[in-house]
Amino acid sequence: MHSILKTSLAAFVAAGVSATAAFADAHASLSGDLRIISDMSNPAPRAVMEGMVADFGALHPDLNVELTIVDREAWKTQIRNALGANPPDVVNWYAANRMRPYVDAGLFADISDLWAEPEFEALASTKGAMTLDDKQWGVPYTYYQWGVYYRKDIFDQYGLSEPTTWEEEMANCQTLLDNGVKCYTIGTKFLWTAGGWFDYINSRTNGYDFHMELARGEVPWTDDRVRQTFANWRQLIDMGAFIDDHQNFSWQEALPFMLNGDAAAYLMGNFAVAAMRDGGLTDDQLDFYQFPVINADVDYAEDAPTDTFHIASGAQNMDAAKEFLRFVTSADVQTKINGGDALGQLPVNANSSIDADKFLEQGFDMLSNNAGGGIMQFFDRDFDAEMASVGMEGLQEFMVFPDNLDDILERLEETRQRIYQ
Amino acid sequence: MSVSPAVPRTDATQPQRSWYKRNEIAITPWLFLLPAMLFFAVYVIIPIGQSFWISLHDWDGLGDKTWVGTANYERLLGIGDQNIDRKFEVSFWNNLRWLVLYLLAIPAGLFIALFLNQTVTGIRLYKSLFFFPFVISQVVVGLVFSWFYLPNDGLFDVITGFFGVDIRGGVLGNPNTATYGIIAAGLWPQTAYCMILYLTGLNAVDPEQVEAARLDGAKGRKMLWYVILPQLKPATFIAFVVTIIGALRSFDLISVMTNGGPFGSTRVLSFYMFEESLSEFGFRMGYGAAIAVVLFFIMLGFIVYFLWSMYQDEKGAR
Repeated sequence: MHSILKTSLAAFVAAGVSATAAFADAHASLSGDLRIISDMSNPAPRAVMEGMVADFGALHPDLNVELTIVDREAWKTQIRNALGANPPDVVNWYAANRMRPYVDAGLFADISDLWAEPEFEALASTKGAMTLDDKQWGVPYTYYQWGVYYRKDIFDQYGLSEPTTWEEEMANCQTLLDNGVKCYTIGTKFLWTAGGWFDYINSRTNGYDFHMELARGEVPWTDDRVRQTFANWRQLIDMGAFIDDHQNFSWQEALPFMLNGDAAAYLMGNFAVAAMRDGGLTDDQLDFYQFPVINADVDYAEDAPTDTFHIASGAQNMDAAKEFLRFVTSADVQTKINGGDALGQLPVNANSSIDADKFLEQGFDMLSNNAGGGIMQFFDRDFDAEMASVGMEGLQEFMVFPDNLDDILERLEETRQRIYQ
Repeated sequence: MSVSPAVPRTDATQPQRSWYKRNEIAITPWLFLLPAMLFFAVYVIIPIGQSFWISLHDWDGLGDKTWVGTANYERLLGIGDQNIDRKFEVSFWNNLRWLVLYLLAIPAGLFIALFLNQTVTGIRLYKSLFFFPFVISQVVVGLVFSWFYLPNDGLFDVITGFFGVDIRGGVLGNPNTATYGIIAAGLWPQTAYCMILYLTGLNAVDPEQVEAARLDGAKGRKMLWYVILPQLKPATFIAFVVTIIGALRSFDLISVMTNGGPFGSTRVLSFYMFEESLSEFGFRMGYGAAIAVVLFFIMLGFIVYFLWSMYQDEKGAR
């Protein structure tokens, strides 16, 4: 681990030095101010962001980089004001439909010219997620896989193995329930966790293309294929696979059920691993598997939300902003910032290397080789904002009162017809 | 080069007082009122007008406004061939629940005030302990109560479990009980507030009247109803006003305890307004403004009543 780090660091420095020369040729005079507002406010991401700015500043000594870090949750509403008057040059945001309001309002700069550069071919996997109206509006710096994180020791105790099909999944779950262990923990108080379950069951039942058609509002919610998704989901609910009273808990509050062994698994993003390790689970106890196949006719599609950088259309220093975007997407920087001691996530650049971490390695392998269906950005980023909020509320209600399904679907359909007129 | 002043020489004629001096009586009150009126206009009156204006548009807060006339209101109230907005319906009924049940704070506050209105050692300490919940932040109250209500581990669930009552999903997880659970949490600080109002009111009760009533043989409930309570009328009025307003602006407790859930069953109008216009998935400014306008009219009804009854009191006093 140590040596890997050292070498990657050395490689980074070397790349930096050679890059300086290259930059110096291309952009002889990057000067003035570069103002960045970032939402990387948690301790580890904050250090990454500050390090990145320091490195970038060192490459361009004449450039004065001003970094403002805003609380991640607060940024979700503050970005509007920030982009409105006297906008910064570079901001953080999210991929896919989440960009829509800012693109429509002309607040994000079109950076299709950057994407046309040969270096950006290494980012092709997320080009779709960064594209709206056939133009690209930002660059990715990190993403992470979703999947089922489970207690390997509990699985071993009852002689279970990682399920690959829905039948195995149900059989595993029945065994666990017979032994008084819930199959899944989940906390739906803030709704979005239920969105993850819907993404997976729907895309496994009907395929990626159908899921995205639904996200774009092209299919009614009352469609029989959607009902099939809910019928599959209901199988788990009816057997009591999820912990009780989950509508009271946030995702963190639902973690102790897994840490204490009251529940065996958690469908979550890779960011949960840090919390599970902090909670005392060792890597021997904790493992990961890809969400099982439900319909053998459809390919795997995976949730892998991408976090991004964008240039404000009102940017004062467009050259420096574009240079910064080239910098954060370069293979070495992406390797460095996504390392286990930094963000602990996956680099988007195909030429980057993955840190030696079993979850990152499994996740990278899964997303590169076993996600032929496509990459979803997550329920609340793929769907229209209003559809997502009404939808996730309906999903939560379904998980508690599955009998209300008809009423829920009718409500969602009414919303869909109004939004996507 | 003349350096004579431009002021006309007036010493020869009748000394003329300045324009301000001549109109002092009429102008001075307005000068004193001016700063307040200015700020009231900028921060209250004009934004109300802007809300009305925005509520007639479809606007995401970023791009151009699109004029939609009364479409937002039609959707909200279900005018025409559409159904009434269900979230609005739920929020409205929850607001009514808040209004009615929150008033329980007034008799509860009165009861505690009467109980504490005695001279024993350390009564100041007891009083401050009873007042304590009003001092701590609503966010803390919400957090404490949501732990209290936790299913399985929460104290409330343990107590009800002892009596064989099991609320499915926990108090805050069950759509039938969640709103009442939040109102109960809100009553805790609100009762303390009413108690303080009544305690100060009780200090002002005329001891001679109490003495006289006692001589006439009044005691217990009759003494309270016919002698004490009429003298507490000003305190009751203020308690009523703050409780009604507190009920209508209930927002922080809901946001902390349930975030409007489960499945939106604890929303009230102010929370719904926030959710539509300013929350993470919101930014439907026009629709949010329409909700704000409806809430404004509900509040206006109460405010007009308060102003009217205050006006009547003043007239009677004159």
